[in-house]
Amino acid sequence: MTAVTANDVSLSWYEASARQRIDALVDAGSFCEFIGPELREISPHLSIFDLPAQFDDGIVIGRGRLDGASVLVAAQEGRFMGGAFGEVHGAKLTGLLRAARTLKQDVVILFDSGGVRLQEANAGELAIAEIMRAVIEARRARVNVVGLIGGRAGCYGGGSLIAGTCSRLIISEQGRLSVSGPEVIETNKGIEEFDSRDRALVWRTMGGKHRYLIGGADAFVEDEALAFRQAAIAALGAKRGCNAAALEAEQKRLERRLQRFGEVEDAIEIWQTLGIDDPTDVPALPTGAFLRAANDRENADDAR
Amino acid sequence: MTLDDILTSLFPNGRSIETSGAMIAGRAVLPDGGSIHVLGLTQGEPLGLDEAIVLAGRVIQIVKSGDRAPILVLVDSASQRMTKRDELLGLSEYLSHLAKALLLAEAEGHRTVGLLYGGSAAGAFIATALATGTLVALPGAHPAVMDLPSMARVTKLPIDVLTAKAEATPVFAPGLDNMVMSGGIHIVWDDAAPLAPQLAALLRLPHGRDDRGRLGAERGGRRKAADLAERVEHAAASHQAA
Repeated sequence: MTAVTANDVSLSWYEASARQRIDALVDAGSFCEFIGPELREISPHLSIFDLPAQFDDGIVIGRGRLDGASVLVAAQEGRFMGGAFGEVHGAKLTGLLRAARTLKQDVVILFDSGGVRLQEANAGELAIAEIMRAVIEARRARVNVVGLIGGRAGCYGGGSLIAGTCSRLIISEQGRLSVSGPEVIETNKGIEEFDSRDRALVWRTMGGKHRYLIGGADAFVEDEALAFRQAAIAALGAKRGCNAAALEAEQKRLERRLQRFGEVEDAIEIWQTLGIDDPTDVPALPTGAFLRAANDRENADDAR
Repeated sequence: MTLDDILTSLFPNGRSIETSGAMIAGRAVLPDGGSIHVLGLTQGEPLGLDEAIVLAGRVIQIVKSGDRAPILVLVDSASQRMTKRDELLGLSEYLSHLAKALLLAEAEGHRTVGLLYGGSAAGAFIATALATGTLVALPGAHPAVMDLPSMARVTKLPIDVLTAKAEATPVFAPGLDNMVMSGGIHIVWDDAAPLAPQLAALLRLPHGRDDRGRLGAERGGRRKAADLAERVEHAAASHQAA
């Protein structure tokens, strides 16, 4: 082992900024940013909407050390344009993933995104497609791509599809992982389909506990930077490729989920089927008790 | 052109394609006698988990067959299905799984071609057409990221303001021309000419790395993405020594 400067910063992941999260995630003082704000690579499109630009376009990328090992890191800033993917924002992540493949270096992506930035929708949509391809090409070169989900903006839309290409996902209770956001479902299908103001419904349908229970995430952690750091170190410990066997296993896993739960009306019923004694209590359970109750959850293992 | 017109024009040498709901699947014969797999999401329907798992299963079977034949994916869809059930059961995983299956097929030696002949939007577009190695379109195709009422709600802009900006701004507005300019669509085929030779010509072109960024820069719809991604790659490689 190389000498590691342990990182023991206590920080709420949900409340923190992208830069605070990176500083607390990697070994103390080890982060080096690429194409930083001093280069002022701003979105060329936001001014059309009279919206202010940000010098990093809402994503910080670079390299740091995790428990002594060199990793590439990308962190979205949910407080700028909801962490949404625009042309510049997306290209920074695409470039980082292509570098990961060439350099054979693992990647950690700190998701915090509402999805495609609608003010530059075509560029954002294509960025999502390019990033997904770059993730798979990196994984096929035996590079791990680990996603962390626990930010304010959640992980929605195209962000959730990128998350689905990662080798491992780590989520906190505050993390939400979903394609259509609550407001989008309500706008399109009506309040009878989804009441976006029913926060309890949002959390139990899209939140971290539910995703962990159905195997949509591999690790569940406290809303604490140190917990994300430890889980990320563990997730990077094993090499996982992306081949036909992995996708066949995922096919079986997702078919099984539909068979088991395809007819249920609410998350509570799923949790009950998963052997949780008092499923209505799940949202209130602290992390330790929740993890014990989640013993018979659906586990993704390497099927992703 | 109807789907049947398109398939007839694409495969004059014969095809065996089954329809199941809004999905099609089967095989067809190329002009050179070779075989091609055909999959599709049709009738402008949304893509939910029930459809995604079936299409992905087909793709994985094709990969396992080891025949390395090309795969054509026809797309005329809505967006991802927006229901509580789909999201409750983890729609993002199902859509990613379908995209990954298509990316895997290409990596395992199958040429993958998307043919957008109608609509497609958002997650459905990403999981199907945009996950193929080369995406082409027919005139009249109408890709979009999100419909304007949803955009209005998310951006908190009045719909008339949004409509006006959509007409003035290529990077944001839905539509085929803008998606071509952004590099997402390789070429728009001529629907007045037979499609079989156009497909054969496309399959003869070499295909390697993702060139959508470069196309977007050349066509002026996405001027920064390709250059910036390359600069990041260089920065990562040169900081390597430090």
